[in-house]
Amino acid sequence: MNTIVTVLYYLLTAYVAVLLVWNFLKRKNWQEEVLYILVLIPFVLRLLRLK
Amino acid sequence: MTRKIAVAALGAVLAVFAGLSFHRSRHLREPVVPGPAFARVATLGDYFAPVKGTVNDANVYILEGKEPGGTVLLLGGTHPEEPAGRLASWIFAENAALSQGRLIVILSANRSATTATRLGGAYPPDFTVPTAWGGQTFRMGDRWSNPLDQWPDPEVYLHYPTRQQLAYVDIRNLNRAFPGRPNGTLTERTCYAITALIHREKVDIAIDFHEAELQYPVISTIVAHEKGADLAAAASMFISSMEGFAIGVENSPKALRGLSHREIGDATGAISLLLEAPEPFLDATRGRTDRALLLTGRDEFVVRAGQRGLLFEKIDEKGWPIDVRVGRHTSTVLQILEIWSGDHPDRAVAVTGVPRYGEVIEKGTGAFLKDPKTVEPAKVVYE
Repeated sequence: MNTIVTVLYYLLTAYVAVLLVWNFLKRKNWQEEVLYILVLIPFVLRLLRLK
Repeated sequence: MTRKIAVAALGAVLAVFAGLSFHRSRHLREPVVPGPAFARVATLGDYFAPVKGTVNDANVYILEGKEPGGTVLLLGGTHPEEPAGRLASWIFAENAALSQGRLIVILSANRSATTATRLGGAYPPDFTVPTAWGGQTFRMGDRWSNPLDQWPDPEVYLHYPTRQQLAYVDIRNLNRAFPGRPNGTLTERTCYAITALIHREKVDIAIDFHEAELQYPVISTIVAHEKGADLAAAASMFISSMEGFAIGVENSPKALRGLSHREIGDATGAISLLLEAPEPFLDATRGRTDRALLLTGRDEFVVRAGQRGLLFEKIDEKGWPIDVRVGRHTSTVLQILEIWSGDHPDRAVAVTGVPRYGEVIEKGTGAFLKDPKTVEPAKVVYE
């Protein structure tokens, strides 16, 4: 059960990361682009199992 | 489009630098040169197979004397962010000579917790203890298992088997998960493996090394299960009169579950004791959280908190250096062993070669860490 829940959380993380990338691509303002990229970093590091 | 590429590249650079730092910290190898009494190294997985091959398949150093006697377990790294405990266990593993009995030493009881630092805590990833041969670097670690190894946390953590409700994050706290659960989380399985070790090796006394913030009331003390109350009281009296520092005794509360001093004593035949030393690095009122603070224990803001009567232990501008904290642990263990051995000659554990409080302060902790370059590579064990 613990493993299943963990896998689901990684899938959620990947889903949110994709949403962040999608929003980054749609932004017109550079400040919002920087914001989305910064928010994306911890999600990427978790998916890569670095942090 | 050019701007988007530039911003994405900036993010990629930040992610790479952060990722490399986290990767280095998680995989830093810490050498151990086992000492004169070293017989063999096992791992926790030898005592409970489901832990085998996991990040928490910690090394178990078995030190043996020539004469049979008792068995004492030293647990370092239950909370790796309390480094005096790991360093004290390191000194025992690398220096102890035994004429009777056995010492079993674990340096990284929660190895997963040694591979991460506290989220948002701005901890340094590692620290270096100065030695005559240049210094030995250790992973800083955290109080809880690395979320990479056990994630997510539940909304509510119910301790097994009592079902007492504890803080959700403490499901990754080794010292809230004893006696462990065989089909539980990584942390619970690690506790189960330690409990199995205590059963199989017929451990007489299990001693768990810790440090505490000065704002925490359980500090500079031996927390004792009722089976070890007399032993702890005697050790406290001898230490306070002979060793140059004071240490108190606290009874292990029966209503607070999951802690080693309670659960090991209840679940096994061993006497369970937990040692606390003062660590200003952990205080919430501390200033800059860096390597210097970890090693010197000096912080002006914690001193101010003391001047306002907010602390449960004294502190001045001298702070609480790592050598003082490590020396408290080594002397307390040696005193416990001497009293135990005097009262139980057939189950004695007679140790020499380990420095006491005064010697650790005089020579420094680094004087008792062995240079891995001076021995054959095959004899060096890595944590």
